Amino acid sequence: MDGNLNALTTVFTEFYYWVTVVFMFLIHVGFCMYEVGASRHRNHMHTLMKNIMIIPLVTVTFFFFGWWIYWAFPSFPFFGGLNHDAGAANLPWSQNMGTNLSDRITGVFWAAFLLFSWTAASIVSGAVIERIRSSALWVHAVLIGSVFWIIDAAWGWHAEGWMVKYLGYHDAYASGVIHAIAGGYALGVIMVLGPRIGKFAADGTPRDIPPHNPWMLTIGIFLIYSGFWGFYAACNIPVISPEGIGGLLTGETWTATNIYLAPTSLSAITFNFLMSLSGGLMAAYVVSKGDAFWTFSGGLAGIITASAGNDLYHPIQAMLVGAVGVVIVYKLHYWVERKFKIDDAVGAVAVHGYAGVVGLIIAGFLLWGAPSSPYEGYATVNPVGQAIGAVIMFFVLGFLPAFVISKMQAAAGVLRIPEEVELQGLDYAEHHAYEDAKAEIIAADKAALNGGGVPAE
Amino acid sequence: MSTIGYDSWAVDLAEVGAVYPFQGSEGIMVVLGVIFWIGWHRIQFVREGKHLEEAKNMGDKEKINSLLEKY
Repeated sequence: MDGNLNALTTVFTEFYYWVTVVFMFLIHVGFCMYEVGASRHRNHMHTLMKNIMIIPLVTVTFFFFGWWIYWAFPSFPFFGGLNHDAGAANLPWSQNMGTNLSDRITGVFWAAFLLFSWTAASIVSGAVIERIRSSALWVHAVLIGSVFWIIDAAWGWHAEGWMVKYLGYHDAYASGVIHAIAGGYALGVIMVLGPRIGKFAADGTPRDIPPHNPWMLTIGIFLIYSGFWGFYAACNIPVISPEGIGGLLTGETWTATNIYLAPTSLSAITFNFLMSLSGGLMAAYVVSKGDAFWTFSGGLAGIITASAGNDLYHPIQAMLVGAVGVVIVYKLHYWVERKFKIDDAVGAVAVHGYAGVVGLIIAGFLLWGAPSSPYEGYATVNPVGQAIGAVIMFFVLGFLPAFVISKMQAAAGVLRIPEEVELQGLDYAEHHAYEDAKAEIIAADKAALNGGGVPAE
Repeated sequence: MSTIGYDSWAVDLAEVGAVYPFQGSEGIMVVLGVIFWIGWHRIQFVREGKHLEEAKNMGDKEKINSLLEKY
């Protein structure tokens, strides 16, 4: 670090990303609470463990190859080869990927992206509760978390990504690159997995399967909101000079930028985060007729819908975009459920997938003609580029691989748990030692109480 | 043409102010936003009133008693 200004900027940036990572941990805590709250009592521990083990599995694979993909794939395979130079610095055996006093940023930047990876995997995890085998889900978690989402990030969420260059793709806070892909991926899995036993009546009418603990679910989603703040900050470069960007910007004014190194500010995204959350909550309350859980999820869907353009929108635009997105998402969820007999246990496909797609398309119109990048020769933002981007995110990199891999897992008999186990509950089947131990100690305590004696120590 | 007033970032940021789409239409946006807000209250008042009217006659004495016991 040459000079005090450079040192301060570097240390500030390092600390900035570190703080966002800690905040984003709350997203995963929130997802765990939401899933456990939504599942029935007999499946609690299984549901929790299924989500918790996403953390280590995605972390190690993101270290081994996920992070390399982000740096090597921006033009690969259709618009150039692998970027070996950028990729090499981010391979697991590179000296940048360890304690290194000449590189204080790679670790925290890697971690910020890693937390996005957990989120992508966790979104899929929610949709499949109470009937998927953990082993099958954990393969999907690695694939969405350390392969498919990071390919889309290299293409559409990197300053040199081909989607940004040629399509003018703009997705500042990841409507598509995390939410649309994860929602599409979840849909691909649950189409093969099938609904939970009892979800649909014999005539095909869907049944509501209420959450066993609404309060846990409520706190869960509030924690997701909190973590989402950290996510928004993590999508920015906190401070950089025009010289540091090295693009078309002139003058000496330093700025925060979005992930494409185009100017924005924390103030802008704070306005828009809160207004899109509010638009989503208000619209969801109305459209769901006051249903608490759809209202909470609607807040999230509102933010997700506006996220593609929340670096540039006016706050009122963010609010209205969030509101419009939620109405579409809600209607689409129930139409798909009735029409295709899809059991999306937590509404993940709708809240993340449909909201992400709708958000991308709306951004194409509202930001039509805006520069997608500070570099010369890039396409500007446009509706066609955004629509193609939405298809790539939701369908090509999300739905399609999930559907194919789930079909393979189903053919091998390793996707879904046996019907008997689904009925008796996964906690009894897989955690019977816990249940047996509990039963034994309760029986012993009761015997001691009734017999008046002291149990053996 | 660009909705944000810039089709390139070849600018000196010291000379750039607002960059949101449709600058100059702030008044219209506020009007739309206020309509959304007031409309929300209107829908909510009507719906809640209707719901409470219906709820008045929905209760089963036995069930209400058990709810009271439940606290």
